[in-house]
Amino acid sequence: MINGTAKATVAEGKAHAAARLNQHSISLLVNNKPGVLIRIAMVFSRRGYNIDSLVVSPTHNGKFARMNIVASGEIKTLEQIIRQLNKLIDVIHAKDHTGETVVEKELALIKVRCSPDRRTEVLQIAEHFKGQAVDLSESTILIQATGGTEKLDALETMLDKYGIVELVRTGKVIMARGETGT
Amino acid sequence: MPKKTCTGAEALIHCIQQQGVEYMFGHPGGAAIPIFDALVDSPIKFILTRHEQGATHMADGFARATGRAGVALVTSGPGATNTITGLVTAMMDSVPMIVITGQTIQSMLGMDAFQEADVVGLTYAAVKHSYLVRNPNDIPRIVKEAFYIAESGRPGPVLIDIPKDVSGAMFEPNYNVEIDLPGYSVPGPGDSAAIAQCAELLQQAKKPLLLIGHGAVISDACKPLKALVEKLQIPVVNTLLGKGAFPETHELSLGMLGMHGTAYANMAVAECDLIMSVGSRWDDRITGKLAVFCTNAVKIHVDIDPAEMGKMVKPHCSIVGDARLVLEELLPLTRKGDTTAWVTHLKKLKKRFPLHYRMHGGLKAQYVLDELFRLTKGKAIVTTDVGQHQMWAAQFYKTDQRFHWISSGGAGTMGFGMPSAIGAQFARPDALVVAVVGDGGFQMTQAELATAAVNKLPIKILILNNHYLGMVRQWQNLFFDNRLSGVDLEGNPDFVKLAEAYGIKAFHIKRNADAGRVLEKALAYNEGPCLIDAEVEKEDNVFPMIPAGASYEEMVLEPPKHKMEKPVGST
Repeated sequence: MINGTAKATVAEGKAHAAARLNQHSISLLVNNKPGVLIRIAMVFSRRGYNIDSLVVSPTHNGKFARMNIVASGEIKTLEQIIRQLNKLIDVIHAKDHTGETVVEKELALIKVRCSPDRRTEVLQIAEHFKGQAVDLSESTILIQATGGTEKLDALETMLDKYGIVELVRTGKVIMARGETGT
Repeated sequence: MPKKTCTGAEALIHCIQQQGVEYMFGHPGGAAIPIFDALVDSPIKFILTRHEQGATHMADGFARATGRAGVALVTSGPGATNTITGLVTAMMDSVPMIVITGQTIQSMLGMDAFQEADVVGLTYAAVKHSYLVRNPNDIPRIVKEAFYIAESGRPGPVLIDIPKDVSGAMFEPNYNVEIDLPGYSVPGPGDSAAIAQCAELLQQAKKPLLLIGHGAVISDACKPLKALVEKLQIPVVNTLLGKGAFPETHELSLGMLGMHGTAYANMAVAECDLIMSVGSRWDDRITGKLAVFCTNAVKIHVDIDPAEMGKMVKPHCSIVGDARLVLEELLPLTRKGDTTAWVTHLKKLKKRFPLHYRMHGGLKAQYVLDELFRLTKGKAIVTTDVGQHQMWAAQFYKTDQRFHWISSGGAGTMGFGMPSAIGAQFARPDALVVAVVGDGGFQMTQAELATAAVNKLPIKILILNNHYLGMVRQWQNLFFDNRLSGVDLEGNPDFVKLAEAYGIKAFHIKRNADAGRVLEKALAYNEGPCLIDAEVEKEDNVFPMIPAGASYEEMVLEPPKHKMEKPVGST
């Protein structure tokens, strides 16, 4: 269900970019207690939506949690999904942020196949994307990068030719700008 | 006075009683024993059912006859899973219900303990909300919240799962607690601008039509609805569950619309220039082929559930609010338009295309229902199962009062009729309650004959017995070259003998000529339940019919002479 972008190859990356047209960024403020996630996940799955990424974190008030969900599916059912999410007793509110100018960030850890002679090359790429090496071995290098989804996609594409051993992305965290609530 | 220190179970029962609950329906088991123990000292009357599904339908029938939440109490594991059909039934039809399930002790949760089932997990999609109680201190708040959630807004079932160590724990309860539901709000009177717009649209319409659903029954919109209809002279159609919100015997009522609605109701839908739904969700039985449903009509949607707006049809004007409050606000804003020609036209259609049946051959189900209506003067509370008999009952037994029609609409649950009649009779001890059931559905919950008998409930169980699963047979007959498959109920018991085995009075009808006389006798019998086995014609079909997923123009009024296309809609 929660299908990260772990094994993204270049081809898949392109497919992802196309699929992203159908992607929606949704934020929820929910009760911070057991069973809430499954109720939310069921609303998506019933309408044929795939949850592409999901970030859950408690708010500064521990009673509630914030969820950021990127999900893909038909746009025409999205409004219905948001309403059904809002209907859940444990959901304080659900909002669709697709197309809004919100601050959206994610973090990626990318482990790249890298012999010592290619390190400089890889590090240069990482630096270009304001990433940094957080681990190094004889045969691999682990790059950490943060930013928007497109930026991380681009970095992923650039590193792919060296051979990505493992990749993990946090999924998007979203916050509305200024006085607007998320 | 509640005790200072008590068990979780005692606190639970005390809290339920505080909600005004008189009856609980259910079945015991190991994990629920502390709760049953607490019932011994409670004024709440416990009704032992023979199966947990029956308990949920009784709670459902009780709720639909009163508007208050019905309560079922069962044990863990299979006891809890047996309630799922009842939960879905209540969920689909927005019926307030509380289901309390016993659960294994917390330290054994997730360990495959004896009679453990993750009932909260199993029922997420079947409830409005659910709780797993982990601390006895939470019981007073949870019970308060559960009843509030079940009964307010768009009602629905709430499940409370209580581990045995929580129900058995000793503690000092604090009953003085507030509900804490920051994510739950109940829509009130509706947006004034939208209501004003609605009034304007109503006045402009030449051929307006009101579509009345269950929401109008639930919110008790009957009074303002009648006032609005009579003031504006707007004809009314109702959904299956909308029966009773507006009197079906009223001259402006066209009865039920949709798949097996009256011909004139469906013609009105096809011809209207404005359709205003009050508390219906434009169900697929109603819209048929959605793409061509009322394409030329202005659509207004009044519903308390914002998630219903635009789900099926895209309304020109939508009002999220309580049906009664919306109509009360709307009424003084409206001015009468000119609907005289429209009303006259529909009255002609009513005369020209009445519900009808032919009286030759064997006993006609429709005639039995006509006679039932005549003899009860239309005053009975009618419950039904699902299938042909349900559609005939909806067509021929006109409902004039709120809470007088109890039927599983959305879920289409066979076996609902008799247990829900039991629940309704407990709720309304002085009312005449008739369960109109089919021989198929009846056998799914027939064990509850014992519950009816032991409580001496004067319910009348009218089995329209055609020895078939009739509605499926009808589809196979019309759309599948009459290749009958899995529909022959050979092996039916002798229902009269079956009833008598439970000590229940039973009657038998086989000829049209006997129907009135036998029904009269059965209706006069009030010592306890009675059963009427009406052996009706085996191969009759329900008409009119709009095949699933077809348009209103494709309505079939008579048995077709040619083979029909397979329907594109689901069922």
